[in-house]
Amino acid sequence: MANQRAALSSDSNTATEIRIDRVIKRFDNEADARPAVNDVSLTIEPGELVVLIGPSGCGKTTLLKLINRLYDPSSGTIFIDGTPSQSLPGPELRRHMGYVIQQGGLFPHYTVAENVAVVPGLLKWDKARTAARVDELLELVGLPPGEYRERYPAQLSGGQQQRVGIARAIAVSPGTLLMDEPFGALDAITRGRLQVELCDLHDRLGQTIVFVTHDIDEAASLADRIAVMREGRVLQYDTPLNIIMRPADEFVANLVGADDNMRRLSLVSAAAVMSPLEIGEPIAPDEPIIDLPVRVLPVLNQLLESGAPRVILRDAGAPVGYLDLAAIQVASVPRIQTQSTS
Amino acid sequence: MSLDYLFRRWDRVWELTVQHLTLTASAVLIALLLAVPLGVIAARNPRISTPLLGVLGAIYTIPSLAFLALLIPSLGIGRRPAIVVLAAYAQIFLVRNIAIGLRGVDPATMEAATGIGMTRWQQFIKVRWPLALPVMIAGLRTATVTTISLATIAAYFGAGGLGTLLFEGITRDDPNRILAGAVAITALAIIADALLRLAESMTAIARARRAARG
Repeated sequence: MANQRAALSSDSNTATEIRIDRVIKRFDNEADARPAVNDVSLTIEPGELVVLIGPSGCGKTTLLKLINRLYDPSSGTIFIDGTPSQSLPGPELRRHMGYVIQQGGLFPHYTVAENVAVVPGLLKWDKARTAARVDELLELVGLPPGEYRERYPAQLSGGQQQRVGIARAIAVSPGTLLMDEPFGALDAITRGRLQVELCDLHDRLGQTIVFVTHDIDEAASLADRIAVMREGRVLQYDTPLNIIMRPADEFVANLVGADDNMRRLSLVSAAAVMSPLEIGEPIAPDEPIIDLPVRVLPVLNQLLESGAPRVILRDAGAPVGYLDLAAIQVASVPRIQTQSTS
Repeated sequence: MSLDYLFRRWDRVWELTVQHLTLTASAVLIALLLAVPLGVIAARNPRISTPLLGVLGAIYTIPSLAFLALLIPSLGIGRRPAIVVLAAYAQIFLVRNIAIGLRGVDPATMEAATGIGMTRWQQFIKVRWPLALPVMIAGLRTATVTTISLATIAAYFGAGGLGTLLFEGITRDDPNRILAGAVAITALAIIADALLRLAESMTAIARARRAARG
């Protein structure tokens, strides 16, 4: 396992920067004049996990598909590491951007191994290299290759299919991974597990990820930054904490449930609002401890139940910070920004 | 009535069977060459597909004797007009199933094929065509079995084949010849059907479905 991590991190440290510059996408057949994507500009830094969120029809999926040229912009430019996306042929561009859709979009007539090997095949990798890579990837997404290599998609659960879809998408270590509501069709438990695994994978591989969802809870779990979209525009592009605590307008406030303290505390990551522990600061043996990642709400519950003045937060076994009632109080006072930032 | 003729003139029955088989095979192969492009076009354009299938369906309703007789002035008698008529009748089964098969592929699967970087040609060859294959082979099976039975009529216009035995049996009042011909035609149809069912079951997607059923 240690060797695999080393091999994977060495061939995938080329995360892509995506700069979307005044992009408009109008569909010809659209009866109403409003473009599906209406003058969107945003920059996604290399290695960032950005979540596009909004109600259906807000343009989030269109924006995602503009990035890998499944759609071409009506005007404006998308720069991939500084190069305009239009300067590359679509198929060529897409081979170097992983793409995952709902239910994985696996090819039902291919085995798991054949599915994962598709993009290496398009790039004409030799057989031995592809076979080794397939096994490595299946291991990485938690499907032992000996057991799963020869299975067909129809023999897998929804969650397993999605893992294969992710393995297929990252097979040639693309600098970008585009995910279109990938966990939308899964049950809540599987979805939660795959969210954790995706974060873990992102930490390890470090590529840029653009993730589309309509679920604010999912967005809060995954995102480095969230772009809230409505009617083709980006209303706010910010960290999950700022989106939740300082929504740019009524719409964003509603989306994150800004008038409901419990709802908001259930979205905010405890790590984002905790106070750091001094180095060598003593921790009493009876102080409650919770492991990160965790949201503020369960920490608050622990505080109330234990009656302790603070809860210690631990990351990878080591205490890193604490939350007390005062900090949580700060976290529960939202402010709608007077000026919108995007 | 007995199978006497079949056993006694096995050599002749076999010769006519080979004739019947080559007539059918030529007709189906030529039909396929025409039906594949037509089916692909019909799958892509619903506006073309409805009138096209209407015309092909109408062709199928022309009585076969009349159709063959109509071709005598231009193509005469024998194998050539028979092949033309049989290939024309087969179109409706082939084009319809090719179009339905290609159109029936899950759009999400095709979106994934595009999204991971396949060219249009790769999408067609690697994904759409193999996924449509069982439906298309089912159409080929119907077309082949139908052609085997229709080819019988062609003997009336000198195309040879097992129909010869039937028409001889009628004119000479020899039921054993009719029985021999009927048995051979039926056997041919059953074998062709079985072979094409086997081909259907050997496609990648059929194997995948079988594996899923466990």
